[in-house]
Amino acid sequence: MEAFTTHTGRAVPLRRSNVDTDQIIPAHWLKKVTRDGFEDGLFEAWRKDPEFVLNQEAYKGATVLVAGPDFGTGSSREHAVWALQNYGFKAVISSRFADIFRGNSLKNGLLTVVLPQETVDRLQKLVESDPTAEVTVDLVDREVRAEGITAGFELDENARWRLLEGLDDISLTLREESAIAAYEANRPSFKPRTIEV
Amino acid sequence: MGRTLAEKVWDDHVVRRAEGEPDLLFIDLHLLHEVTSPQAFDGLRKAGRGVRRTDLTIATEDHNTPTLDIDKPIADPVSRTQLETLRKNCAEFGVRLHPLGDVEQGVVHVVGPQLGLTQPGTTVVCGDSHTSTHGAFGALAFGIGTSQVEHVLATQTLPMAPFKTMAITVEGELPQGVTAKDLILAIIAKIGTGGGQGYVIEYRGSAIEKLSMEARMTICNMSIEAGARAGMIAPDQTTFDYLQGRDHAPEDEDWDAAVAYWKTLRTDDDAVFDAEVVIDAATLSPFVTWGTNPGQGAPLSANVPDPASYEDPSERFAAEKALEYMGLTAGQPLREISVDTVFVGSCTNGRIEDLRSAAAVLEGRSVAEGVRMLIVPGSVRVSLEAVAEGLDKVFTAAGAEWRHAGCSMCLGMNPDQLAPGERSASTSNRNFEGRQGKGGRTHLVSPQVAAATAVLGHLASPADLSDADVATPAGV
Ligand code: SF4
Repeated sequence: MEAFTTHTGRAVPLRRSNVDTDQIIPAHWLKKVTRDGFEDGLFEAWRKDPEFVLNQEAYKGATVLVAGPDFGTGSSREHAVWALQNYGFKAVISSRFADIFRGNSLKNGLLTVVLPQETVDRLQKLVESDPTAEVTVDLVDREVRAEGITAGFELDENARWRLLEGLDDISLTLREESAIAAYEANRPSFKPRTIEV
Repeated sequence: MGRTLAEKVWDDHVVRRAEGEPDLLFIDLHLLHEVTSPQAFDGLRKAGRGVRRTDLTIATEDHNTPTLDIDKPIADPVSRTQLETLRKNCAEFGVRLHPLGDVEQGVVHVVGPQLGLTQPGTTVVCGDSHTSTHGAFGALAFGIGTSQVEHVLATQTLPMAPFKTMAITVEGELPQGVTAKDLILAIIAKIGTGGGQGYVIEYRGSAIEKLSMEARMTICNMSIEAGARAGMIAPDQTTFDYLQGRDHAPEDEDWDAAVAYWKTLRTDDDAVFDAEVVIDAATLSPFVTWGTNPGQGAPLSANVPDPASYEDPSERFAAEKALEYMGLTAGQPLREISVDTVFVGSCTNGRIEDLRSAAAVLEGRSVAEGVRMLIVPGSVRVSLEAVAEGLDKVFTAAGAEWRHAGCSMCLGMNPDQLAPGERSASTSNRNFEGRQGKGGRTHLVSPQVAAATAVLGHLASPADLSDADVATPAGV
C-alpha cells in the first residue's frame, strides 16, 4: 500500500446522499479479474448523463471527492474502493461513511475523511464556484485545508499509523515473520500438504 | 474451565497474541477457485510477493465451468477469461491446480475432503462462504474476502477477531426418510438466517454422531445460511475411517500421532457455550423451503404460511415479498407446488451418497412429463464413482440429464440457469431471488425429495410414491 501523508488536489462536489456501492460500481463488473480497470464502471449509470459532475471538463483530473452523507452503503464489495482509486481519487470527504466501505477503503489506502456536514457544504460550495480551487488533506496534522477553510478530523490512531507508514495488513503481518517461522517449525509432521502424491 | 472444540482448534493455531489486537492465526489449508482469487494474485504481483506456502494451497475450477461439451472452448468470454486467469496465476506462483477436464476437478468443497486434505483440527480457508463445509471433520473452516485471500497467500496467516460459541444438540433418532438436509433446513428455520451471527456452531448429540461424513458435510455446509462464521462436528471413528487411505491422509506413525491428537478434539465436559439450542430428531420430517431465504422453510406436509401469521412486522413483510416473488398463495399445500426443473448437485448435496439416494428413488421410475432434471456430480471423482456403480444409467433411463461436475445451477454462473418464472426443486443451499437465473424460483430440498419431486412433477417425498417402497440408504 502507498503511504498517505498529505495530498493536495482539485476536488469534485458530489451532492448526493446515500450513495451505495451498487451506484459506485454495478454488480456486472464483479466478473473482472483485476483490481484495475474499474474506472469506467465508477458511477456507471450516472455517467451516461452528460451533465453528471464527473463528465464536466472543469473537474477532469480531480483527486478528492467531496460527497454527501452516508457514502458507501450497501454491499461489501471491495470493488467500490478499487473503482474510486482506479479513477484517480486519493481521498473522499463526507460527514458519514458506511462502516464496511470505510474499513475497505482504509485497507486499500484510500483516505476517507469525516467532517461535519456544515464544513462539507462549505467545501462543496467552494469547489463549485471555483473548480480550480485546491483542497489539501493532511494526515500528519489531521487537517483539511482549502481557501478560507481549515478543519481538523478524527481517525483512530492505529489506522492513521498504518496509512502514514503505507502499511497494509500484509506488511504488518510480515513483521511477524519470525513468529510465523517459529510456528511453522513446530507444526506436527502429520499435518496435510497439497504437494501432489 | 474447559474449552470447546472450536476454542481448542483456535488456540492451537495462534501465531501471535497481543493485548488489544486480533490474534494472528496460522492457516493449514487454503483452497482457491477462479472467482475470488484473481485480484489477490494481482496484489501479490504488484507488491512483488510470492505465495508463502504453495504446499498448503490448492486450486480448482468450479463456478464458471460448463457441464456440457467440456472439451470445446467455453462460450462465455468473461467466464473463459476468469478460468484462464486462474491457470496463469497458478502456473506463475506454483500453485497446484485441477482445471476443467482433470480427474480431480470439481466443486472446491467436495475436492478438499475427498483428497483427504481436510483433516480434524486444521484451519481451512477459501474465498467462498461455504468453506464451512469442512467443519464436518472438526476443522475450523471459514470463508474470507479477496483481501484476506491475498493475505493468506502472502503470509499463511490471518489476523482474526474472536468468535462466540453455540451448541446445537440433536438428540434421538432421525425418522425413516429424514436426511441431513431436512435437519439443517429445519435448524435454519428455527434459529433464523441471522441466528448464528458471530458464532461458531458445534453440532453435537446422538443424532449427529450417527451421521456419515457426507451427511455431516451437508449440515456444516449450510451453517453460513444461519449466519454463522463456521460449523463444526467433533471428529470420531466415522471421521477417521473416512480419512484413512485417502491420498493426503497421514500414514504409518504419522497416522497414529494424528489420531491421538484428533481424539483430544472434543468439547470438554465443563466447557460453556455462549448459546445452546436443543432439537429432538424424532420430531423432524422432510423439509422444504417456500420463500426466498433459506430460513423460510416448513415441513413438506405443511401449507404455504400466511404472512399475517407473523408477529414480527419485518418477517411479515419479508414473507409477503417472498410469496409474491415465488408466485405462491398463503394456505396452498406445499405438496401441490409444481416444478419445471429439478437440480441434484452442489457442495451441499453433490456427493456420492446424495447421488445414490436420488438414484434409489428414481430406479425403475420416470421423470414426469415436462420436467427437466439435471444431475451434476460435485466432482469428477464422484462422477466416476457413480458411473462405476451404474447410477448414470439409472438417471438417464429415468429421463434425467447426466452432466459434468461443477457448481452449475447452484448459482447459474455457467449456462445452467432457470428462465424467468421457472420453478426448481434444488438440492443446493440458497434460494435467493435470481440465484439460479434471473426471475427463477427455487425450493431447497434433499436429494430424495428432489427425486420424488421429479417423478411426480410437484414437491413430494419418496413416501408419496405409491408404486413401490423406497428404503432410505444407510448413512443419510
Ligand atoms: S456449489 Fe454453489 S454454494 Fe457450493 S461453492 Fe459452488 S456456487 Fe458456491
